Amino acid sequence: MHDALFWLCASLAVGGAALAMLRREPLKCALSLVTSFVALAGLYFQLKSPFPAVLQILLYAGAIMVLIVFVIMFLNDESAAPGKGDLSRGGLVFAVLLLVPLGWVLIRAIWNADWPMMRAAPEDFGTVPAMGEKLFTTWLYPFEVLSLLLLAAMAGAVLLAKKRLD
Amino acid sequence: MDPRPYLTVAVLLFLLGAAGFLVRRNMLVLFLAVELMLNAAGLALITFARMHLSMDGEALFFIMLALAAAESAVGLAMVIAIYRNRHTLNADKLDDLRG
Repeated sequence: MHDALFWLCASLAVGGAALAMLRREPLKCALSLVTSFVALAGLYFQLKSPFPAVLQILLYAGAIMVLIVFVIMFLNDESAAPGKGDLSRGGLVFAVLLLVPLGWVLIRAIWNADWPMMRAAPEDFGTVPAMGEKLFTTWLYPFEVLSLLLLAAMAGAVLLAKKRLD
Repeated sequence: MDPRPYLTVAVLLFLLGAAGFLVRRNMLVLFLAVELMLNAAGLALITFARMHLSMDGEALFFIMLALAAAESAVGLAMVIAIYRNRHTLNADKLDDLRG
C-alpha cells in the first residue's frame, strides 16, 4: 500500500515536472508544475511531515503558482512563443554535457551509500506544535530575519513593478 | 523504510529543472525551472529530516519556502519591469552587456 502510494506520487511529481519543462506555452507549463507540487506534498505526507505537506499545498501549489499564472496571463507575450527561438541549441549541448555526468554521479552515490534505515517516527514528528516549538526556540533568529527579508522583498517588488522608475 | 527512492526523485526533479533552465529561453519558463529546482532541494531536506528524525530539516524547509515566496515576488516584478521596457520575454534577446 505504502509502495503503491509512493510510486503514484513519485511518477506524478517527475512526470509533471518533465511536462512543465517540455510543453511550449508557459501557462501549460505552470499548470503541469502545479501537479508536480501537489504530488510532492503527497511524498511529504509519506515522510511523516504533515505540516510541510500542508505548507507545500497552501504556499507553493497555491500562493506562488497563482502569482506566476497571474503574471503569465498578464504578460500574454508573443515574442517567446513556440517556434520563435524558445529553445537554445547551445544550451541543449551544455545541458547534456553538464547534467548527464552530474546525474550519473548523484544517482550512483545515492544507491551506493550506506544510509541508515529510517526508524519509526515519534508520534508528534512533523506536526504543527512540534514545528512551532522548533521554529520559536532553535530557529528563532533565522525566523525573525526571514520576516525582515519578506518585508524587503515586498517593498522591492512594489518598487520594481511600478509604472515609472525615476 | 528506504530513503533512496525519495532522494532519487529529488535528483530527477533537480536535473529536469536545471535542463529546463539551460534549454528554454522564455523568461517565465526559466522562472518555473528555478522553482522546480528549489522544490527538489525541499524534498531532499524533508527526506533527510525524516531519516535522522530531526526537525531541523523541516525548519530549514520552512525557511526555504519563505525564501521562494520572496524570490518569486521580486523575480516576477523584474520580469514585468523588463517586459515593460523591452517588449520581449526572450532571454537571448537581452544581451546588451555582451561585448
